[in-house]
Amino acid sequence: MKGTLEIKDLRVQVEGKEILKGVNLTIHPGEVHAMMGPNGSGKSTLAYTIMGHPKYEVIGGDILFEGKSILGLSPDERAKKGIFLAMQYPVAVPGVTLANFLRASVSAVRGYGKGSGNGRTGSVGSHLMPMREFRRELKENMARLKMDISFASRYLNDGFSGGEKKRAEILQMAMLKPKIAVLDETDSGLDIDALRIVADGVNSLIGPDLGVLVITHYQRLLNYIKPHFVHIFYRGKIIQSGGPELALMLEEKGYEWITEEFGG
Amino acid sequence: MADTQNFEELRRLKEEYRYDFKTEADYVYKAPPGINEEVVREMSALKNEPEWMLEFRLKALETFLKMPMPTWGPDLSNIDFESFIYYLKPTEQQAHSWDEVPEAIKETFDRLGIPEAERKFLAGVGAQFESEAVYHSLKQEWERQGIIFVDTDTAVQEYPELVRKYIGTLVPINDNKFAALNSAFWSGGSFVYVPAGVQVAIPLQAYFRINAQSIGQFERTIIIAEEGSKVHYIEGCTAPQYTTASLHTGVIEIFVGKGAYVRYTTIQNWSNNIYNLVTQRSIVDEEGTMEWVDGNIGSKVTMKYPAVVLKGRKAHGEVLSIAFAGDGQHQDAGAKAIHLAPETTSIITSKSISKGLGRSSYRGLVKINKGAKDAKSKVVCDALLLDEHSRSDTYPYMEINEDDVAVEHEATVSKISEDQLFYLMSRGLSEGEASAMIVNGFIEPFVKELPMEYAVELNRLVQLQMEGSVG
Repeated sequence: MKGTLEIKDLRVQVEGKEILKGVNLTIHPGEVHAMMGPNGSGKSTLAYTIMGHPKYEVIGGDILFEGKSILGLSPDERAKKGIFLAMQYPVAVPGVTLANFLRASVSAVRGYGKGSGNGRTGSVGSHLMPMREFRRELKENMARLKMDISFASRYLNDGFSGGEKKRAEILQMAMLKPKIAVLDETDSGLDIDALRIVADGVNSLIGPDLGVLVITHYQRLLNYIKPHFVHIFYRGKIIQSGGPELALMLEEKGYEWITEEFGG
Repeated sequence: MADTQNFEELRRLKEEYRYDFKTEADYVYKAPPGINEEVVREMSALKNEPEWMLEFRLKALETFLKMPMPTWGPDLSNIDFESFIYYLKPTEQQAHSWDEVPEAIKETFDRLGIPEAERKFLAGVGAQFESEAVYHSLKQEWERQGIIFVDTDTAVQEYPELVRKYIGTLVPINDNKFAALNSAFWSGGSFVYVPAGVQVAIPLQAYFRINAQSIGQFERTIIIAEEGSKVHYIEGCTAPQYTTASLHTGVIEIFVGKGAYVRYTTIQNWSNNIYNLVTQRSIVDEEGTMEWVDGNIGSKVTMKYPAVVLKGRKAHGEVLSIAFAGDGQHQDAGAKAIHLAPETTSIITSKSISKGLGRSSYRGLVKINKGAKDAKSKVVCDALLLDEHSRSDTYPYMEINEDDVAVEHEATVSKISEDQLFYLMSRGLSEGEASAMIVNGFIEPFVKELPMEYAVELNRLVQLQMEGSVG
């Protein structure tokens, strides 16, 4: 059960409209799953729901992490359990440097300063990861993603190019060391060089303790990040699952055949 | 190198200051409540003031009684002038003992990690600086350069001609009702004189001033920067200031000489029972620069519009301000830029945050007189609303009487978006932490102008204010 994410018959609506119509998926540590499907099929809804975005209302089914339902948990509580979502459109937070944000985030997820009494009397700021340790780790991970250290003093996602945003997402993943990582269209907006760097970054994080769900429209990302399982997503459901060959088949045939086979 | 050395020295001195508080020997004078001439006469006599100062006060009192209450701003109808005590020895106007200080304020001190001794000073529990050695060391350095930095009462005694030359010339006693009130009952405040060509390397802080009455109810501050001089003055602090009086009315007059530079930084965090009604004005000669850096966190109602009067050619003025209005607070803050001469420039940047039922307003005036050719002014107002019920208003007034000018005004109102919150929360930050981070980002352009220690304290304060505030 350790590190396992189970999605059971999950049904989700957004603003009264049902988007996910019974999704079943289990991701064990060490596994890389790819979720492919045409635009508008509900892939991103699944990603947001796993992370707990308040706009997405679960109307049926369950999501279990390590055997327990996480549906009642807020996004930060899910993050602390080891769930991570690399977003398709990371939002800008002007005035907050990437470094300051990451230090607060890493400290929160790793539980720095947790032991200080009832948590109300400790002075603010004492709950942060020691600066020296943080800088060292940040430097290592930025080097891994071929990011210049000066990038850390830029404001979070503010004026970042598409490629910079995606790299910053993977940097966060590297720093937060999740047990389950969902990558939502991480390849979108990347040129081939950036794609390779981001994929290399992800690959260096993949290991026996990490389960990954790669959500993508295109097969090309899967040339770099090798999935163990591929699922085809259509109209709020997984309609077919298989191995890497399924991705190649999609690449060849496109998505039209699905419409023909599963109705337009 | 010398600057660094000085700076280290000052830091050390300040540390000494912090831990060298003494409870003042009590001597008591307490006027009866209410406004009357007897109180003015008595306080002037107790202060041993010259005749002209008494005349100034009496004339101000007369003016105050005649002037109507302003009706254009926040609701002031609850102010009962007869209920206040207008003259107290400093110890009297503060809480008498630590026990009288409200729990909420004590808790905030706790969480800001403010040392015990400093807390008592901030809470106004009769502590004052009394380290003669430290004071002398600072004073010697200032004297060597010809700088005067004393409280304004002392200035009246020691430099009466200088005070007389400047007081009330920029903010006349009939400027507004509260300026009149201050002129009648003022006590304390800083008097700063910087001679021509002298550049004060280290900011002058009211904190350093011996026997500082910086928690004064009616402080009067005068800063004179002669030609080519440079000075940064810092007043106030980010920790909550508690006083039993519920009206604070300050007047600040700043005279910036030709080519001189003055920055005045202040952050007020009065407890939320206080009406904070302050008149801050500066006049700037040719090629001089005045910068107001103004933070308003506390109080019940604040009315404060730092002004730059750009009198000489190429004079430059800036006002950078933030206001944080929480539940029950109304921050009515803004700025005035008056362009009297050609090629004068001004920049006004106002950032406000409203939380809960809080209300913040930007009220500003840009005035360009006939003849102020090629004047330029830029006003940027950004408001951030944290809740559905919070409120923000903008009242930008412009009076442009010259054709060849460039005036810009930009205003934005934004809310913390669900997507921003979700993004930060998905990285492990609680809702309160995430909101605080967004707010701190919003005020970053202000915070980065503050001395380091203030910046850190202000960020912490926002964090405290934001905890559990959203959702």
